[in-house]
Amino acid sequence: MSMIHPKIEAFENSALRSDLPNFRVGDTIAVHYKIVEGDKLRTQVFKGTVIKRHRAGARSTFTVRKVSFSVGVERVFLLHSPRIEQIDVVSRGVVRRARLGYLRNLQGKAARIRDEKDV
Amino acid sequence: MNTHPGVIGRKLGMTQVFTSDGSVIPCTVVEARPVVVGKRTKEKDGYDALVLGLADRKDKHTKKPQAGMYKKASVSPKRWLKELRCTPEFAASFELGAEVKLDSVFEEGQHVDVQGTSRGRGFTGVMRRFNFAGQVQTHGTHEYKRHGGSIGTNMTPGRVLKGVGMPGQHGNAKVTVYSQRVVKVSADDSLLFVEGGIPGSKNSLVFVRGAVKRHGGKKKG
Repeated sequence: MSMIHPKIEAFENSALRSDLPNFRVGDTIAVHYKIVEGDKLRTQVFKGTVIKRHRAGARSTFTVRKVSFSVGVERVFLLHSPRIEQIDVVSRGVVRRARLGYLRNLQGKAARIRDEKDV
Repeated sequence: MNTHPGVIGRKLGMTQVFTSDGSVIPCTVVEARPVVVGKRTKEKDGYDALVLGLADRKDKHTKKPQAGMYKKASVSPKRWLKELRCTPEFAASFELGAEVKLDSVFEEGQHVDVQGTSRGRGFTGVMRRFNFAGQVQTHGTHEYKRHGGSIGTNMTPGRVLKGVGMPGQHGNAKVTVYSQRVVKVSADDSLLFVEGGIPGSKNSLVFVRGAVKRHGGKKKG
């Protein structure tokens, strides 16, 4: 790993977003994401479980997984993207892993995550 | 000849820039704060050029004839010098000893050519140097797994064709990437954001100038 040049880091830090709520792996969140359809701009909500957070300064990403019509769908979002309108934290989950890749192999009841309120 | 305006600078590394519509552009950041150390003129030298200098050199490492040149331009001795062939009008717009500001040379959205020295890989085999496939790893292959194989035919033409890939020095050569887009010009901190990768390691010297193959290589207006 090579170091990021301080001047590049300063430039990246100037564009970081601080308006988004704090969320963790295992939480259920709804991402309001601006998409361009033809020449129209509209907001799409992607609701699911956070299974991965990649913390890398301005290039940080997070992965959200949901099961749509019994097909697993995952999306990777750039955390500091201006296309993210807002993030709602629907519920806080309790997990013991940093990466929830095992959810891909589970279905239905087995794929549930304990809610923080129930613990 | 390319007489578009340009600068010399140092490659700092790569980052990404969000555009206003939210898409991401991968960029290489070049820090360029060159100083005009000398000028070449048609009358005296037969061509017009600016001599650009970058980064300071210690006095004790400066030879006396060069020291006189720096003194004439009243700038500190420079580590790198590069002649920029340019139009007489462009040369006339800079005083001796003046700093070349990035916004007087480039504008966002134009295309540039970037020249640098690629990272040296030493003496390498054909698999790494020319992406040859090598030989099969099984079926009894021995002492031949990473070789290039045949280098030609027998009687016709009876010699090895020019340009056949063989092992040798890879990298550490002058490389130019053409028509890269300028994403951002930050004159205050002398940073230039060029879309995509450019040759060389971090902190290496690069030469950026308007693109020869594209309209818009020249700064508009």
